[in-house]
Amino acid sequence: MLRFDDINEGDALPELRKTPTLQNLVKYSAGSGDFNPLHHDYNFPQAKQIGSIIVHGRFKYASLGELVSNWVGHGGRILEISCQYKGMDLPNKEFVCRGVVKKKSIEGGRKVVEVDVWTENAEGKKTTPGSAVVVFP
Amino acid sequence: MAEQFELTDDMRAQIGKKSPPWDYEVTTTSVRMFARGVGYTDPVYFDVEAARKAGYRSLPAPPTYLGTPVFIPGRCSDTFSGPGEGLPRVDHGLKGILDGGTETEVFETICAGDNLVAVQELIDLKVGSSASIGKMLIMTADTSYTDKATGKLVARQRAQVIYY
Repeated sequence: MLRFDDINEGDALPELRKTPTLQNLVKYSAGSGDFNPLHHDYNFPQAKQIGSIIVHGRFKYASLGELVSNWVGHGGRILEISCQYKGMDLPNKEFVCRGVVKKKSIEGGRKVVEVDVWTENAEGKKTTPGSAVVVFP
Repeated sequence: MAEQFELTDDMRAQIGKKSPPWDYEVTTTSVRMFARGVGYTDPVYFDVEAARKAGYRSLPAPPTYLGTPVFIPGRCSDTFSGPGEGLPRVDHGLKGILDGGTETEVFETICAGDNLVAVQELIDLKVGSSASIGKMLIMTADTSYTDKATGKLVARQRAQVIYY
């Protein structure tokens, strides 16, 4: 189990790689309730205009959550997680979720770790930059 | 692509308006469906026994789970599943929609079995533009999630949606 004392600023989180297929996106639509055809229908006008269906921004957001959860385990807790959707990702293309510890502190007796997180596409572009705050007991 | 788009006084008048409360029931099935959709493999999101062993009351909702509402036909959006009633109305006429950003704060661990009540508030409207999509309307809304049983605010989510 990850402990607060074992964390250092600059530590990299174990990366999480995803290559979402159309089926993965359909599963995410069902799980999240977001049935925007832009994520499953290649004939949807917006998809035709873009040239493809695209990965849900929130699928990438949730993947960043998974990245942090996998790292923290169940000793700590994610207090905040945020991201901005800066670039589109396409199905069947790999993106990598990464993170790095930005700050470690004790605030009012609470052990707090701030991490920068992002998804990165094959060209190395950060399509979904964000951050998270984790608290440890 | 919209060449021109401007905020009207009617649109601005919606800022600060709140939706009526809506039930967000967190269930074992809804947590499992979400976790499966994302691709989680940690058993705590699927197996109640594993969740209890890890110290949770039941399956914990991942922090990005919020936003998955109780769908009721005719009263919710068929596409996005969210409640459509009484939301601040911004008649912008733009057809394209993209997510801009999401920020979630979770004050208490949310687990299957929790009954939450969500209220959405329109926080901000902004006009932007980009080379690829032209003029856009950036709408920011906050949703607060309160536990029905305790009355405590358990989470807050800020979402930016881009219309173009």
